[in-house]
Amino acid sequence: MDLRFSPEQDQLVDAFSGLYSNHSSPEQVRATEAVGFDPDLWKRLADLGVLLMAVSEADGGWGASFLDLAVVAEQQGRFVAAVPVIETQVAARLLARLNAAGAAPLAEALSGGRLITFAPRAASNGVAGLIPGGSVADAAVVRADDRLLLVPLDVSRTVVENLASMPLADVVLTDSVSVLANGDAARLAHDRAVDEWMALTAMALVGIAARALEIGVEYVKERKAWGVPIGTFQAISHRLADSAAAVDGARLLAYEAAWAVDEDPDRAAELAAMAFAFAYETARDATYRSLHFHGGYGFMMEYDIQLYYRRARGWANVYGDPELTYRRVADRRYGPVDAVREA
Amino acid sequence: MDFRLGDDSDAFREEVREFMAEQMTPELEEKLYRTGTNHDEAFTKAVADRGWLALRWPVEWGGQGRHPLEAIAYNEEIQRVDGPSYGMGTTMMIAKVVHELGTDEQKAEILRPALQGEIIICLGLSEPEAGSDVANAQTRAVRDGDEWVINGQKMFTTNAHIGDYVFLLARTNTDVPKHKGLTTFLVPLKHPGVEVQAVFTMSGERTNITYYSDVHIPDAWRIGDVDGGWRVMTVFLQDEHSTGFASHLARLIHHTEAWAASATDAEGRPRIEDPEVRARLARAATDLEVSRLLQRRSVWIAETGVVPEAEGPMAKLYSSEALERAAQNLTELVGADALRSYFDPTAPEGGRIEHTLRFSLGTTIYAGTSEVQRNIIAQRGLGLPR
Repeated sequence: MDLRFSPEQDQLVDAFSGLYSNHSSPEQVRATEAVGFDPDLWKRLADLGVLLMAVSEADGGWGASFLDLAVVAEQQGRFVAAVPVIETQVAARLLARLNAAGAAPLAEALSGGRLITFAPRAASNGVAGLIPGGSVADAAVVRADDRLLLVPLDVSRTVVENLASMPLADVVLTDSVSVLANGDAARLAHDRAVDEWMALTAMALVGIAARALEIGVEYVKERKAWGVPIGTFQAISHRLADSAAAVDGARLLAYEAAWAVDEDPDRAAELAAMAFAFAYETARDATYRSLHFHGGYGFMMEYDIQLYYRRARGWANVYGDPELTYRRVADRRYGPVDAVREA
Repeated sequence: MDFRLGDDSDAFREEVREFMAEQMTPELEEKLYRTGTNHDEAFTKAVADRGWLALRWPVEWGGQGRHPLEAIAYNEEIQRVDGPSYGMGTTMMIAKVVHELGTDEQKAEILRPALQGEIIICLGLSEPEAGSDVANAQTRAVRDGDEWVINGQKMFTTNAHIGDYVFLLARTNTDVPKHKGLTTFLVPLKHPGVEVQAVFTMSGERTNITYYSDVHIPDAWRIGDVDGGWRVMTVFLQDEHSTGFASHLARLIHHTEAWAASATDAEGRPRIEDPEVRARLARAATDLEVSRLLQRRSVWIAETGVVPEAEGPMAKLYSSEALERAAQNLTELVGADALRSYFDPTAPEGGRIEHTLRFSLGTTIYAGTSEVQRNIIAQRGLGLPR
């Protein structure tokens, strides 16, 4: 057992947190809220290799470990950066696993020619709803029943105004889609990509939760009421202590899930869903508590905590509520309930 | 990063698991359940024969010098089967205090029998007016020549009815701030003036109140300096950092999963196919994973040379609260039949679910209540003002 980063991972943290702190400050995040996307930051991240690291050398990338991607995702969350890093990484890895069928779009994605995102929720009734990155990407990998599709987005998308200022779009599936895989192959490929998306999004939610807790702690140390810092009141300090324990637990679980992708594949899917549900609940509660302990200031758009409150909910709930995720955990632990029996 | 405990730990876990399977017979389980006494002589002797009473102690102290990751495996396995470990636990904690701070005479008297599982040392810390605020102890020890005369009362002196010594925190000076007027003693329980009264608890566990009326003990039974009791307590509390209840939660989930696989609804479908049953079990299983990781981290971190801040309290707080939450939630999931207890032959899972609900209530109270843990996390972990 070793819970430390490798020296290379320490360097990754330095490189990415350095870039994010220079180019994804709260002011810069606010400046991008109308579209939810920062093209300049995206270019800088691509130059740093954020997409290339996600796929193997044989597929044209660097072949970083999945744990390395998790290290980056935590920083992405800490800075609530307006770039679809996780979705594009997951889409690239999915395309790489499809071999010939994914080769052409993968090459376009890695060269920066096309921004290809990933829809964690399957389409229903011919519509893929709330695709993260969907309002700014060129194409999305979408599952519709037992077909895995590459969906061009420039033709039929409706941009969705939303709680989290994310670049979301609803997309009607038309003849312009191309089929990447069919049947079980399509389901399995999508399922595995959802596992990866959950593991990395869990990590980003941990980053959100950790930073939100820091913001709350800084505030309650400074703010006085009745002559004392409000952080001396147990009604406040105890709830922050609960969040501190949950944040540490969520971080351990999310790193374990990311580690398992390469090192313990039998448990990886279960751990990814656990991490996603738990990191969401942790980020949900930490952002709420920190916002609430700001009093009236927390309700003002001028304070940064609201940026974290909204994204914690948006980044996770494009998949669905935690109940749905816990059922996914159960499917991994107990096997899926026979669909025939339900009918 | 590596989340494996490693080959040595895994191999040791197998050995411990086999041992527990042999030792934890249905007869022993029933005896423990009926008496509520969390100690068994034969079991303790068997553990001592393997050298596991002091598995972390250095070899030159008579221990096995095992790695903390092996100790994690051992603790998880003994807790998983609810092995009667409370008496040996308190005994070895105090034996360690004696090793570090005791006189040669005390070491000669205590260490060999403790390591061989022949004596039980109980904790005499809490009092009616001193629980979480343990330094508020009012039990008095007054010097009388070469002796001390002890008068007072201790709460939750578990195993005092079968024990040999009580590690007693007493007030020796009332003219100084409360932390500075305390002294610790080992008091032989057979001494005249010591009276033991049974107390029964929610979990069925028997503990005791001990009364001390003009108990005369020689100064040779004093541990540490006069009025230096708080320093002794600090040494004692160093070992408390790895408490947690993940293994109890694992056992509860295991039993509820077994119930859900066999019980059926009105249409004859196994309950494990019900989406709500699945989601609730998955939630508890997620809490278990988090609890286990926090506990393992608090053990691991102490080995890295990093001074732990709030890692131990986080593990204790999270795992005990998770156990309470799951016990309540899964009791409601099982429904009316979850009321049936151990002695009802039709009880689901031999009454383990009912028992865990009872047991869980103590876990957020003893070894530092949740509120005390939150104070430590807030102050030491988050740097919030007192």
